[in-house]
Amino acid sequence: MKQFERLHTNLLGIEMKTPVLTASGTFGFGEEFADFVDLSLLGGVMVKGTTLKPRRGNEGVRITETAGGAGMLNCIGLENPGVELFLQETLPRISQYGMNIIVNISGSTVEEYGVLAEMLDVPGVAAIELNVSCPNVREGGIVFGTDPEAASAVVKEAKAHTRKPVIIKLSPNVTDIVQMAKAVEAAGADAISLINTLMGMEIDIERRQPVLGNVTGGLSGPCVKPVALRMVYQVSRAVKVPIIGMGGISCWQDAVQFFLAGTDAIAVGTANFANPAVTMEICEGLEKYLESHGLKNITELVDWLE
Amino acid sequence: MTLHEHATPAEKVAAMGSLPAKVDVKAPLVSQEALTEGVLKLTAVAPSIALRAMPGQFVQVGVNRGGTLLRRPLGIAEADPATGHVSLIYRVAGKGTLALSQLKPGDEIKLLGPLGHGFSTKPKKPLLVGGGMGLSPLLYAAGYLWGHKTEADVLMGGRTEKELFWQKLFNDCAKNIHLTTDDGSLGTKGFVTTILPELLKENGYDLVIACGPEIMMKNVAKVCKEHGVPCEVSLERRMGCGLGACLSCSIDTVSGRRKVCKDGPVFPAEEVFF
Repeated sequence: MKQFERLHTNLLGIEMKTPVLTASGTFGFGEEFADFVDLSLLGGVMVKGTTLKPRRGNEGVRITETAGGAGMLNCIGLENPGVELFLQETLPRISQYGMNIIVNISGSTVEEYGVLAEMLDVPGVAAIELNVSCPNVREGGIVFGTDPEAASAVVKEAKAHTRKPVIIKLSPNVTDIVQMAKAVEAAGADAISLINTLMGMEIDIERRQPVLGNVTGGLSGPCVKPVALRMVYQVSRAVKVPIIGMGGISCWQDAVQFFLAGTDAIAVGTANFANPAVTMEICEGLEKYLESHGLKNITELVDWLE
Repeated sequence: MTLHEHATPAEKVAAMGSLPAKVDVKAPLVSQEALTEGVLKLTAVAPSIALRAMPGQFVQVGVNRGGTLLRRPLGIAEADPATGHVSLIYRVAGKGTLALSQLKPGDEIKLLGPLGHGFSTKPKKPLLVGGGMGLSPLLYAAGYLWGHKTEADVLMGGRTEKELFWQKLFNDCAKNIHLTTDDGSLGTKGFVTTILPELLKENGYDLVIACGPEIMMKNVAKVCKEHGVPCEVSLERRMGCGLGACLSCSIDTVSGRRKVCKDGPVFPAEEVFF
């Protein structure tokens, strides 16, 4: 079995064989990638966003590539089977892979985040990630993610209802990301993940209609990496809690940049669609980079910026 | 729970040992030829996919150049475990297929697959009904059935004679080929459904496999239902991952939400047209 000697880390009390996780919504429940990835080697799988009730998601076109092939827009709209089915069927099924399962949750009210956090305080769940930044649903989602007070209220509610570590995923669609990060840290967030997608749109010039069924969608992929990297850099200098950096990471070189900018772990998203084994390739690249630079562990790379 | 009770050979391969059911491989092109204006047939060397592929399954094709991020799903037109060759037939429709069309023998593509659930492979007397690029997976179905001593009949429709270049491709692997064109330039004037009722009445088919424009498949399914003949259809949707993770291709079925890439692309018609 493959081992990465220098990539072992511990985040929020969770033992991770590597600091490479997969971003919610881009990796299903992990099992879809089992033919290509040794799931137990990942730092964790942030599973598809889960809500209290099942959601069918948005109608019409849900994914489109953006010009130049540098990005992707999606407006899935949090389609998921709901938390009860997740607990009854999905969690027992995916537990066999020996991976850290981090459940991403979305509420339409502050109280719903508490209910979800409590329902998911069960063996087999490593941590909770609060999604307050989905740009594709009307109620909830981004409403909580663009207001420091609302985001803090969500963190407090979740923390009050679970013993699991609580990570909050921040939206880049704000004027001041540092203000958001400081607010959620003060509210008791155990870690911060960033960034979620940037809100965007594409228009079909012949049909003269928006390409996406939901008109707007979340932009991800290589084109958002500089924005994500800048935000990770700023936030890591402003807060003490661990950071899980994500946004356009497609190769190990991107990953190295995020660690240098101050992230404690990374998550890979859209790149999983183009290359299902990309997380393992990133681990291999990171291991070699550490070795060639005389570093014994990934934690030495964090913030190792001149 | 999947709609399909039969395991694919790939799943059987996986069940036997630690071999993965799906693979992602670099595949060098051995040939690329134009079949008609804007339609190409590409053949690549991908033994591990050729070994696993069943009719109706597809691959996610990755091209390194051409400014694409996501892969493009294409149905498998031929797969030969003996030579390790996999063929894809596609129409140049956008950036991805344009980049693909410019590749020459020796160039490499990435193939992820085989993906999804294919057609039933044990009918005794099947009729394959298709139009447009939908005829590509049907070509593999006909060839596979022929190799397993089942002679399929084919009914294909196009707007004009020009669109039925497929006829010659099916000559070696189908028994009777029936043709329709919208303008009557070849075969019967009309749609496939113009002659389908008569064919169903006369031939005692035990399965109809349809692949083509959705409106055509809906109408074919309706005629099959009226005649009490089981019908399978192959759906097409925009896909991101092809693995069931991105949820780009979710659809409604009588059994609830399903993903075309993973639960399909082939479904019993009554599961998806209701």
